[in-house]
Amino acid sequence: MAEFTLPKNSKVKKGTAHPKSEGATNTRTFSIYRYDPDSEGNPQLDTYEVDMDTCGPMVLDALLKIKDEMDATLTLRRSCREGICGSCAMNIDGRNTLACLKPIDECKKDVKVYPLPHLPVVKDLVPDVNHIYAQLTSIEPWMKADTAPPPNGERKQSPEERAELDGLWECILCFCCTTSCPSYWWNGDRYLGPAVLLQAARWINDSRDEATGERLDQLEDPFRLYRCHTIMNCTNACPKGLNPAKAIADIKTKMVERLG
Amino acid sequence: MATDSHSLRSALGRARGLGSAKEGTNHWWLQRVTAIALVPLTMWLVASIVALSGFGHGAFVVWFGRPLNATLMILFLGVGFHHAQLGMQVVIEDYVSHHGWRTTLNLLVKFACYGLATLSIVSILTIAFGA
Repeated sequence: MAEFTLPKNSKVKKGTAHPKSEGATNTRTFSIYRYDPDSEGNPQLDTYEVDMDTCGPMVLDALLKIKDEMDATLTLRRSCREGICGSCAMNIDGRNTLACLKPIDECKKDVKVYPLPHLPVVKDLVPDVNHIYAQLTSIEPWMKADTAPPPNGERKQSPEERAELDGLWECILCFCCTTSCPSYWWNGDRYLGPAVLLQAARWINDSRDEATGERLDQLEDPFRLYRCHTIMNCTNACPKGLNPAKAIADIKTKMVERLG
Repeated sequence: MATDSHSLRSALGRARGLGSAKEGTNHWWLQRVTAIALVPLTMWLVASIVALSGFGHGAFVVWFGRPLNATLMILFLGVGFHHAQLGMQVVIEDYVSHHGWRTTLNLLVKFACYGLATLSIVSILTIAFGA
């Protein structure tokens, strides 16, 4: 059956409280999911009283301040700090988003930070995304064409054909959408999930690609594609404002279109 | 997400799995077509029952004897049970991850839906032909 509760060794327990530094007057509490695979223990929720007068505006600023000044063992992925690399995707205040784009002011009083839901946890806020990357590889996200490119090496596209890729190419593969999808939670081993299906649509919609039918063949499957029930959590979660649900609906429309 | 942590198979091998089933579109499309067909059929049935209420058993028997009523009723039952089977299959595939259980439950739902559909259609025909 689908798993509706956490396994016994994954239940989150109360953790360590890290008090505010001396003299701090303007503080916010951050409750952060901690899990250390090297210890035998369950995950725990540590709390940190962060001095907001010396902290940047985003949740990522607070997490890095905690790591630098309060607890160096806190583990998280981050890189660009401007919403383009997708590394700092996590569940903040109950929603999947990028820590670098989420202002602390928009969070509730006690800021809760968890890793992306329903993935194996490597450590603290770092989830294991190997399976999603493998699913991305499985849809072969690169140009496939039998026609040789023109002598100058450039395959041309009209402005209208190029416009077909808008709303698809901007995806940064942070997987906020995929891990917000209940269908992916229950059947992620076979369902490709919104992020990977949006990438599939990006190549299906590309006028220069010549493998459209082959790509649709690979997706035509009760689990790979049709686990999408238009729940729309994906579109709701996307920190880049993209619409994976629409991309999936476009794929389904093409599937019906080629029937007759 | 169910993954076998003891397997040494590559992540790509696991993601590709048994490959694409090359079906699913027909199921998805028919679920929508049957849903749309059920809208006018249900409105017709509800309107008919409201119109006939209070006239007793005999009135219903005479009403079923008319070819148009019998035809629409058979369509309602056939389309309705087919839609129910398609919908239940989606629910079972969503929530039952054990392959054996999934197949068994899907077969039971199919037997029940198509069996009940046949029984109710034969019943309508029996009334319609006055047997």
